[in-house]
Amino acid sequence: MASLQQAVLDLKNLDLLANGNSPIHRLDARAKVLVSFVFIICVVSCDRYEVAALFPFCVFPVVMISLSDLPPLFIIRKIALICPFVLAVGILNPVFDREILMQLGPLGISGGWMSFASILIRSTLTVGTACILVGVTGFTAVCQALERLGVPQIFAVQLLFLYRYIFVLTEESDRASRSRALRSCGKSGKGIRSFGSLTGHLLLRTWQRAERIHIAMLSRGFRGEFRSPKTSRFGTPDLVFVLGWTVYFAIIRSFDIPRSIGALLTGGGL
Amino acid sequence: MSHHIVEVKNLSHIYPDGTAALFDVSFRITHGESVAIIGANGAGKSTLLLHLNGCLSATSGEIRIGDTRLTAGTLPDIRRTVGMVFQDPDDQLFMPTVFEDVAFGPCNLGLSGMDVEQRVSDALERVGAAHLREKPPYHLSGGEKKRVAIATVLSMMPDILVMDEPTSGLDPFARRQLIGLMRDFQHTRIITSHDLDMVYEVCDRTIILKRGMVAADGSTGDLFENGELLKECQLERPLSLQGCPECAARIRSCGTAKC
Repeated sequence: MASLQQAVLDLKNLDLLANGNSPIHRLDARAKVLVSFVFIICVVSCDRYEVAALFPFCVFPVVMISLSDLPPLFIIRKIALICPFVLAVGILNPVFDREILMQLGPLGISGGWMSFASILIRSTLTVGTACILVGVTGFTAVCQALERLGVPQIFAVQLLFLYRYIFVLTEESDRASRSRALRSCGKSGKGIRSFGSLTGHLLLRTWQRAERIHIAMLSRGFRGEFRSPKTSRFGTPDLVFVLGWTVYFAIIRSFDIPRSIGALLTGGGL
Repeated sequence: MSHHIVEVKNLSHIYPDGTAALFDVSFRITHGESVAIIGANGAGKSTLLLHLNGCLSATSGEIRIGDTRLTAGTLPDIRRTVGMVFQDPDDQLFMPTVFEDVAFGPCNLGLSGMDVEQRVSDALERVGAAHLREKPPYHLSGGEKKRVAIATVLSMMPDILVMDEPTSGLDPFARRQLIGLMRDFQHTRIITSHDLDMVYEVCDRTIILKRGMVAADGSTGDLFENGELLKECQLERPLSLQGCPECAARIRSCGTAKC
């Protein structure tokens, strides 16, 4: 349960970072969501053996972190959390794909290692960007931006509720699980049976809470439509931010700049 | 016409599973009154409260708020008039920030822009929570959550405030603050609670429920003097009326509190 608590605490901390007041923080949430979306699409659409062409993409997270004063170590730790999953996805590539694609002096590098490295870099870039987006915008503002960008309200509201009640639910499950552990005297506590019952109770309690929240909403005049009191303006800095980065991503996605520089330095053909 | 009057006539409620929760409950609460509804667990307090703004519909009997009878057609107006503060503030605070939560009601009333802003600022100011407006609800303490939950209702400018267990789970300081706040309200107030000391301080009138029926309805002071009635309804005299146990023991042993 300690890791669950830690994860929730990290989520709170990430959201607190969004209270900053840097030029990036001040941009409209929609601009940041759009740029992050374009970035992620460009990165994941690269060829599976592509490694060098991904490096120019690193400029974006680096610039965002430095301009917004986010703590880089905190973001790196968040990215490290997903490493086990990435390893699980890519670790068999070097075993199955042994065709040598690149010669590094005497060392031949197989396609498997190349695609493994590519998966690692791409996941680092995309997950890092998602963390940075939440860190400079706040999860709530991201959801509201999604809604204003045309995502159906029901999805945006689901995300908002999920985020609001994840803290309440983890506390509830934490209490239930602790009381089970305390009465299990260090043993398995009737194993999966008691665990199943505990999970069932949590589900029922969640159901009851949902009913109470719905009553509270109805009591305050809710009639099926969320009306946000906040309005924000998509100004010139936001437009410049979106256009600038989109053009940059389009260029580095269309032209393999590291290869061009390499060719230029070694005198080889493009 | 006054919206501040609550009239409940022969109200009965039977839950779909057959549990009869209220029988023939009748009372009339007038403008500016502060009324406590107390009773043992399962006496029907929460069920009664949920009827007052139409969250539950009566099996028989009727409810009138002012001159308006509570029906499906009059619900929107009744819900603006009767502000309900729930026991668990986590059920009431569902929006991402305090500001948006307090603005939720006014926005649903069709207000926008500066009107909403004004209502939110006034309501938060009223409960002393203006400094919390940009905070997410999960970063608030229990007392802060409770005060913000009250602000979410005040921003709709209700005529009647209904509060379910307002002081439960609060530390003595937050409880004292909340009692001060409730005493200051000019609204018609209906409060359910097991905190009888708070009831004694805040409410002039008390209705005692016993197994879904009204067991007594009268002045709080009078009812709390009636030990027999309280015992019958599984209640106890508030601690503030029980006298000092040490002095009582001394009086018993040597006839004076000073020996």
